[in-house]
Amino acid sequence: MSETGYVLEARGVVKVFGNHVALDKVNFGLMPGEVHALLGENGAGKSTLIKVLTGAYQPDGGEVLVESQPVTLNNPQHAQTYGIGTVYQEVNLLPNRSVAENLYLGHQPTRYGFVDRRRMERDARTVLARYGLDLDPGSELGTHSVAVQQIVAIARAVELSGKVLILDEPTASLDRNEVERLFDVVRSLKAQGLAVVFITHFLDQVFAIADRVTVLRNGRLIETRALTDVTRTDVVRLMLGKDISFSGATALEEARPAGEVLLDFRNYGRKRSVHPFNLTIHKGEVIGVAGLLGSGRTEMARIMFGADPADEGEVRVAGQKTAIDNPTDAISRGFGFCPEDRKAEGIFGELSVRENIVIALQGKLGWFSALNRDEQMEIAGRFGEAMDIRAASLDMPVKLLSGGNQQKVILSRWLATDPAFLILDEPTRGIDVGAHAEIVRTINRLRDEGLALVVISSELDEVVAYSSRIVVMRDREMVAELHGENINPGVIVQAIASNQTGASA
Amino acid sequence: MTRRMLGRLANPQLLALVGVLLINWLLFPSFFRVTWQDGRLFGSVIDVLNRGAPVAILSIGMVGVIATKGVDLSVGAVMAVAGAVAASLVVAGYPAPVAVIAALLVGLLCGLWNGFLVAVLDIQPIVATLVLMVAGRGIAQLITQGFIVTFNDPLLIFIGTGSFLGLPMATVIALVLLVLVTLLVRKTAIGLFIEAVGVNRAAASLAGIRSRMLLILVYALSGLCAAIAGIIVAGDIRGADANNAGLWLELDAILAVVIGGTSLLGGRFSVPLAVVGALIIQAMNTGILVSGFPPEFNLIVKAGMIILILLIQSPLATRIAPRRPQRARIGVQRTAK
Repeated sequence: MSETGYVLEARGVVKVFGNHVALDKVNFGLMPGEVHALLGENGAGKSTLIKVLTGAYQPDGGEVLVESQPVTLNNPQHAQTYGIGTVYQEVNLLPNRSVAENLYLGHQPTRYGFVDRRRMERDARTVLARYGLDLDPGSELGTHSVAVQQIVAIARAVELSGKVLILDEPTASLDRNEVERLFDVVRSLKAQGLAVVFITHFLDQVFAIADRVTVLRNGRLIETRALTDVTRTDVVRLMLGKDISFSGATALEEARPAGEVLLDFRNYGRKRSVHPFNLTIHKGEVIGVAGLLGSGRTEMARIMFGADPADEGEVRVAGQKTAIDNPTDAISRGFGFCPEDRKAEGIFGELSVRENIVIALQGKLGWFSALNRDEQMEIAGRFGEAMDIRAASLDMPVKLLSGGNQQKVILSRWLATDPAFLILDEPTRGIDVGAHAEIVRTINRLRDEGLALVVISSELDEVVAYSSRIVVMRDREMVAELHGENINPGVIVQAIASNQTGASA
Repeated sequence: MTRRMLGRLANPQLLALVGVLLINWLLFPSFFRVTWQDGRLFGSVIDVLNRGAPVAILSIGMVGVIATKGVDLSVGAVMAVAGAVAASLVVAGYPAPVAVIAALLVGLLCGLWNGFLVAVLDIQPIVATLVLMVAGRGIAQLITQGFIVTFNDPLLIFIGTGSFLGLPMATVIALVLLVLVTLLVRKTAIGLFIEAVGVNRAAASLAGIRSRMLLILVYALSGLCAAIAGIIVAGDIRGADANNAGLWLELDAILAVVIGGTSLLGGRFSVPLAVVGALIIQAMNTGILVSGFPPEFNLIVKAGMIILILLIQSPLATRIAPRRPQRARIGVQRTAK
């Protein structure tokens, strides 16, 4: 074993779930006294890697080394004895107990076998002071702000472990000042020689605090770089896996004559969700939406569909000013929406494939004009066949199908309603290659049939291939609309990464 | 088609009912003896159908609620309220039809209140209906002013104890209600929507289902069913007892629905099987009574039987003895298409 200087290291770690490879021979090394950002889109394998490093999962291949010694971590408690502590996005402490109790839960100082409350609170006060917190250790944790709770969680993790601190999206629910406060704590820990792993979706924060960055994509290690020699564009490109030299066959789309205007969103927005945006959508057009996670892509889709109604601006459908306050309104005007989280918002797991397909059409028809079983079979069979749904039977519960087939079921559900406008949020995420191709084929076919589509996707190759136009979202704002020549991954990556509005044009 | 019908009959609930009836017959050989007397049928089996009717009616309302991932704890109390309204009105001299309709409306109103709390205010169903479970009995006591209001109205007594085509009136009402509600949920899209909301309310709303209206409807139906059961029970004892009418019956109704194969987590439901569940419970009660067991055993034996029935339906049992051979169904589907 060669000395690497790493305090915690993963070497060729493999983790397989069923037939899905979540981590494929990933190497990851952590130096003492560094803040190491771990980046990647959802499903890239960040949390799986963290769980392997903290003993929550056992690797199926490769090894975990602590100070160059191979170790087997049985569980997070065991990892703690090696000095590895974790703080999660949601504070998993006890809000209704005191700050001191939360700090010392499970290892309270005792006296004659009883908890020595006085000593615990005294110790807690000195610990908190080191983190710049001047608060009563006897006060209830829940009465403090989330930022303070996060710092208490960090203090607890550091006191318990002391060598490695893993922060899993700690800033997701903090405002700017609170993030700054948290970063002060992280900087002082770093100065003490602690190694910190920092997971986030916010690039600004990565550049503000991290020394090195590791990017994962689809379970593979893409690269580990020092942040001093990468730009924001480089990082985005690594995350999305795009080469600027990519040349897509985009000229073809430009030649297509735009159909008549179907939808016109004017200053359409929702407070605390998405800044007002303008978007005109023609028949026979695919609008691709690009942007990182948390950029407001999904929020925009939900506003368009009325799932979260807009509170500003107006929308015209075929020239008519209309109000879309809920999905029922949207559906009655020919809208359809395939949500990003298939399982939570898309499928009805216990219900049959047949029922899952007819449900939106039935919703449109209302309570009293029910489709009978034969009609349902006919509709489900027709659309199921057109989408090539691989199900043993249309009467089997949809939860037994693969992710790709479930996605096809949801698409079929909307096609059965004879829509004019479809919103697809990450329609190809987490599905197999065959289903992927089928869905891309369907997008092209629908566009040719004159439907208007909005497709949100992190797969830039894919977006570039089928989009007539691309809008780019950043920080809950529509920052660019790309046409013709500009529909290529390089421009998109720049638009996503650039700091000021309009830089992409 | 006939094979499918037969397949449907061979479900654990009907098998359990047959089992319980057979045990009753072994313990009490004349269990199945039915006699004709004074223009109506008599016998232990008829008694099961008659005594089981109130819980069966409650379970017809309850099953829709539970399928939406809810529960209605107030039905027992609503029974008491409806009985009190009907009894007080006839005693006050109003014609019986007016009293019956008023009682039904009050039940419907109670259900709408529950639906409002659950669907509009988004209160958890168990808490929302607990309100009326507690308050309902108080309301019933206020209406009866703390007394058991007795009456001699022939129509109310007929509803509670009369007979139609030889069958007890309560049984006939339950049967009619069973048919009507089954048609309501299965011949319209309401049943599908109830299941969709129960399985995944977020997805249902994105698919354009107005889940709020639907929730109000199921709670309203449950309240209406409770009122019907309340009128029957009041007619049976010729009086309204605010303290005891329908006491704990909400639990029997929930149990009937669960025995009927509807999960408390919502989703798939069957109205007829919930009624079968109610009959299983009553068959056990009657069986223990007529077989001459000491009544002390009653609750213990009942609990044991229920555990057994739930075990048969549990995922564990399905794993040990798979009920539906999937492959056979595939063939049927392919040819059908």
